[in-house]
Amino acid sequence: MAKRLFIFLTLLAVAAMFFDFASHFRPADKLSPLAEHYVAEGPQELGAANLVTAVVVTYRGLDTLGEVTVLFLSAAGVGLLLAGRRKREDAEPQEDLHPSSELVQTAVQFLLPIAMLFGVYIFVNGHLTPGGGFQGGAVIASGTLLLFLALPNAKLHHGIMGELESFSGFGYVLVGLLGIFLAGGFLDNRFLPLGDFGRLLSAGAMPLIYVLIGLKVGTELSVVLERFKGE
Amino acid sequence: MTIELLIALLLCAGILTGGVLAVVLHGTVSAIIAAGLASLFAAVLYVLLAAPDVAMTEASIGSGLATVIFLYAVNRTRRYGDDSDD
Amino acid sequence: MTISVATLALGTGLLLMLIGLWGLLAQRNLIRLILGFSLLDTGIHIVMVSIGYVTGGTAPIIDAAVDPAQAVHTVVDPIPSALVLTAIVIGLGITAVMLSFAIRIHDRKKTLSIEDCTESKG
Repeated sequence: MAKRLFIFLTLLAVAAMFFDFASHFRPADKLSPLAEHYVAEGPQELGAANLVTAVVVTYRGLDTLGEVTVLFLSAAGVGLLLAGRRKREDAEPQEDLHPSSELVQTAVQFLLPIAMLFGVYIFVNGHLTPGGGFQGGAVIASGTLLLFLALPNAKLHHGIMGELESFSGFGYVLVGLLGIFLAGGFLDNRFLPLGDFGRLLSAGAMPLIYVLIGLKVGTELSVVLERFKGE
Repeated sequence: MTIELLIALLLCAGILTGGVLAVVLHGTVSAIIAAGLASLFAAVLYVLLAAPDVAMTEASIGSGLATVIFLYAVNRTRRYGDDSDD
Repeated sequence: MTISVATLALGTGLLLMLIGLWGLLAQRNLIRLILGFSLLDTGIHIVMVSIGYVTGGTAPIIDAAVDPAQAVHTVVDPIPSALVLTAIVIGLGITAVMLSFAIRIHDRKKTLSIEDCTESKG
């Protein structure tokens, strides 16, 4: 009972702090000065139609590199925590996961390439339409999930996944370094021609960076899913 | 009251219902589904707030992959039958 | 104070944060605790996106529907969107690490209740 009272009082105190914040909240009717600069200058400066992509990939590109690092570390942590636990459990009988019905298997054979293609479409068009490397990578991981639903005992080829992940991570840093030597600074996208505004091959290195992020996120999330699925 | 505000009101009600259910429901699996539902309503709310990039991320990661990871974790922690959730 | 979509979303986000905090404090099952954490996460994201919303604004994508010269007055703030986008992905990574710790604890102790993890208390 005392515990419930304590929880109630804590929530009440936090709610009081939130209420103070919420009662002073006015919906903005114009952009902040920084956002105004990004919106006014971004399209000419970087050649990207999607300004969120311009902020994620170039203006705040270093944050995104750090974020991809965090994701890599968490994937490595999951691998470390969940790998090799089977060896200790010699007492547990290994039961195979139930195979799914033929209907699901046939549907997945048809849908899997389309899902993967859709993921690639999302991250290739990241600088033009909503979406980008993170969303596209998540869609690719959903494709992997479809595969696991149809064939619960399927295994990913860890050699290929590891190579792909290292290649895309290395490529991301390499593109960032090329920005230092050929353009204005780390992760500057203007060492490639900006091209025509609104075309697929435009916005300098931005599509290249998002493709690399998409591959990296897709492989990492797929490996995390496989680890959680277990044997 | 505009139609946009009405939709936002319904979505907010859906988010809060999902959130409360995720805490009070007895079964862990039902709670996970309720949290996924709250996340899905939040994704639609982001579209109303003119943030389609966030909406896509929330729909695919927040309500898709996160729910699946939770369900896999439940599956792996009740293999011995010593947990009392349904 | 008039009710708008932004204020409604802000209130919902703050309430969802409270619900998540309630889950964190009240639950005893590790997976339910992590679920409360993820609700708290979602609430914070809703609050941040609603702060970036500009009344009557459209998505910050310059295409046929948005005149580039007038874009400053018609689009919403892209910075909170970018922040929340990365925060969601990091949230998934953190959730995955927490859940794998929960699985390991269950492997070792055959239970998910934090009452049985007393030796880790300080």
